[in-house]
Amino acid sequence: MDIFGSFALLLALVAAVYAFVAGIAGIVTRRPLLIKSARNAGMAVCVLVALAVATLEYFLQTDNFSLAYVAEHSNTALPWYYKFAALWSGQEGSLLWWTFLLSIYVFFALFLNRKRHPELMPYVGVTLSGVQIFFLTLNNFVASPFHILGAADSAGVMHMARIAEGSGLNPLLQYPEMVIHPPMLYSGYTGFTIPFAFALAALLGRYPGEKWIHITRRWTMIAWTFQTIGILLGAHWAYAVLGWGGYWSWDPVENASLLPWITATAFLHSVMMQEKRGMMKIWNVWLVFVTFMLCILGTMLTRSGVVSSVHAFAESSIGGWFVGFLAIILAVCLAAWYKNRDYLRSDNQLDSLVSRESSFLFNNLILLAACFAVLWGTLFPVFSEWFTGSKISVGPPFFNKVNVPIALFLIFLTGVGPLLAWRKTSLDGLRRNFAWPAAVGVASGIAAYIFGFRNFYALICLILSVFVTLTILSEFYRGARVIAARDHTDIFTAARELTMRNTRRYGGYIVHFGMIVIFVGIMGSAFNKDVEREMHVGDTMTIGPYSLLVQNYDEDTNANYDAQRATMEVFRDGKSVMMLYPERRTYSASQVTETIVAVESSPLRDLYVVYSGISPDTNQPVIHAYLNPLVKWIWFGGVIVVLGTGLAMLPNRRSGIVLRPVGRRISEPITPGAAVAPAVGPITHRTTFNE
Amino acid sequence: MKARQKFIVGSFVIIATLIILAYVGYTQSKTYYHTISEVSSMHGSILQQRMRVSGNVKDGSIQHVDGQIQFVLEEEGKTMPVVYTGTDPLPDTFKDGAQALVEGHLASNGHFQAEQIQAKCASKYQATPPGVTPSQAPSQTMANPASAPSGS
Repeated sequence: MDIFGSFALLLALVAAVYAFVAGIAGIVTRRPLLIKSARNAGMAVCVLVALAVATLEYFLQTDNFSLAYVAEHSNTALPWYYKFAALWSGQEGSLLWWTFLLSIYVFFALFLNRKRHPELMPYVGVTLSGVQIFFLTLNNFVASPFHILGAADSAGVMHMARIAEGSGLNPLLQYPEMVIHPPMLYSGYTGFTIPFAFALAALLGRYPGEKWIHITRRWTMIAWTFQTIGILLGAHWAYAVLGWGGYWSWDPVENASLLPWITATAFLHSVMMQEKRGMMKIWNVWLVFVTFMLCILGTMLTRSGVVSSVHAFAESSIGGWFVGFLAIILAVCLAAWYKNRDYLRSDNQLDSLVSRESSFLFNNLILLAACFAVLWGTLFPVFSEWFTGSKISVGPPFFNKVNVPIALFLIFLTGVGPLLAWRKTSLDGLRRNFAWPAAVGVASGIAAYIFGFRNFYALICLILSVFVTLTILSEFYRGARVIAARDHTDIFTAARELTMRNTRRYGGYIVHFGMIVIFVGIMGSAFNKDVEREMHVGDTMTIGPYSLLVQNYDEDTNANYDAQRATMEVFRDGKSVMMLYPERRTYSASQVTETIVAVESSPLRDLYVVYSGISPDTNQPVIHAYLNPLVKWIWFGGVIVVLGTGLAMLPNRRSGIVLRPVGRRISEPITPGAAVAPAVGPITHRTTFNE
Repeated sequence: MKARQKFIVGSFVIIATLIILAYVGYTQSKTYYHTISEVSSMHGSILQQRMRVSGNVKDGSIQHVDGQIQFVLEEEGKTMPVVYTGTDPLPDTFKDGAQALVEGHLASNGHFQAEQIQAKCASKYQATPPGVTPSQAPSQTMANPASAPSGS
């Protein structure tokens, strides 16, 4: 059976090489049959990799410990869903998983466009198969998941060795979210390959028009959504499992997933500059290129051990391969850009500092600054060793100092940017759009200050959040009012109609609102509290409004782990409100101990209790309690962001096509954005393409 | 071109502010990685540095003295006495022979004052490829909540 898996992988590599070579030959000779066969080979890769994945999964589910990967990452007592997740818990499996998700993207990119863009697709196919060749090479020759455990007998002949029990899945990964977090994050990482391929293809083939930028944008949104979900699930996992009371520690692996997210966010904004005004073409192409390179860099950081991390579960000396691949990508991008730089000439220039254009420029500047700071801080140990000989790392203070002001400035732009007119905004327009939201924002800031809210950044964040939320609401309200008056419907129906008519714009507003909710949640961390101490049975500890009483300590044993558990009763205002059971588990297969955090989560605050261990001096259990305000807002905001992005990807509902009297439609504006929000420049582009 | 110039000036101000903030953050949080042999030959102002040192916990060296934990870290024949001054309970993986990464600074008596300790069972240490010494691969997957950085 293992032969079957290895063989499928090898065939996948052959198919990818064929797709690459035949694709180039097809571009040169312009023979349609060759181009078609290259495309079919590209799609076949997906089927072959799927077979390899299915084989490995079969071994995991059937506890076949003759396979090294299964023996190292699974054990018999593991529940089936964690055996499923064991597939991507190690180096070889996670690389295979990467290849698999990429091949699914490639399949759909090739399949959905098989009858479209005949000038562009061959280049796309070649680029995609180039990336696949790299990963399949790793899968086949560097980190094969189908390595058989062998043992030499007395005569020195190797025999297959089958060990009785595997060493188990890393207990940190035995958490429900770990079954969905890696597929989400990897779908983000791999997904950015598709926009990269389209951008490079458009540049190489000098594809006329702006069509490719629409396609690239659409695919970027898909990958961006997965990346957002993946990052937030990762943060939630760190919060719920690692037990240090936080969700983000500026760990290299966390940073690695944030980097392409930042550049992709920048691209999703600056792409509008190209669509509406024909500006920033070089910038956009490079944003797409850099996003992809950061994905490869992130994949490398996660598994090379170049920088140490609490999230890295698969490490080896594989880094060199990635460095080489990055160098090749950079060289190809530079060459493609240099050769075709005249193709990217800008059509327009900046007219005024107070304009939509300039808000996008600042947005991009500041996002890139954040990306650069995070990258620099992450790789600082590497750079400092190169340049000064001593390895120096920087911690959270560095990242927070730079990124908190950036985040606040971004919130500000989120409120201001969408309401500024293209080219130039009049003072009158500014006043009309911003006077009320700004006044209410400042007023709420003053109110909060009076109520003892003194943290500077948190105060600014509050003012800006109120301001931005109000500008977003007023946008919906003004648009909906026009429709409601005309269609004689209530304001909520009208708001829905408005959103469906211009999903991209109003979906975007919802994404912005979700981000505000996330930032408010992050702001809550300015008010975190924690208490740690030894506690006997009957002891009480007080944190914020809560009192925690230890009722009992007990133990539990099952096939997978032994647990020590505390039973704690939580009182508020003298009344018992809930029971919490923080736990420590020692896993039998790996002999690793993990804390299971007890969290009581409410919209206002999380009570987060950790059984931190036994004090070595007194042999008494130590309990660490945290009070983290507003954490729930982060996860909730994430849901809003994802829903908003999904909405923005829907095609616009055309005015009046659905069952409605024709007469009523005549008065309707051709461009809904222009009519309902007079202060804002006309939005002429509609996302009616579908690729 | 007035708008363009304004934009360039604005960008310059923003970038300059961020660089200053980055520098302040850097001086507050920079931590050096050193090997035990480097630490033993140190003198002068660099002794004040915040640093991370890795090595193995010497067999039988863990002692509880006056409510504090003391032990000896060894690597390639060099040793360094360590006093744990942190408040978190030590990870369960911290025992004789374990691979440990300590973070803190050197005291004037030559003891290393560790504020954080990460540890990993020696037997589970398979991830490092052969030939890589612990100092080159400081904290491979030392997943342990007590020592994860705090503050977000």
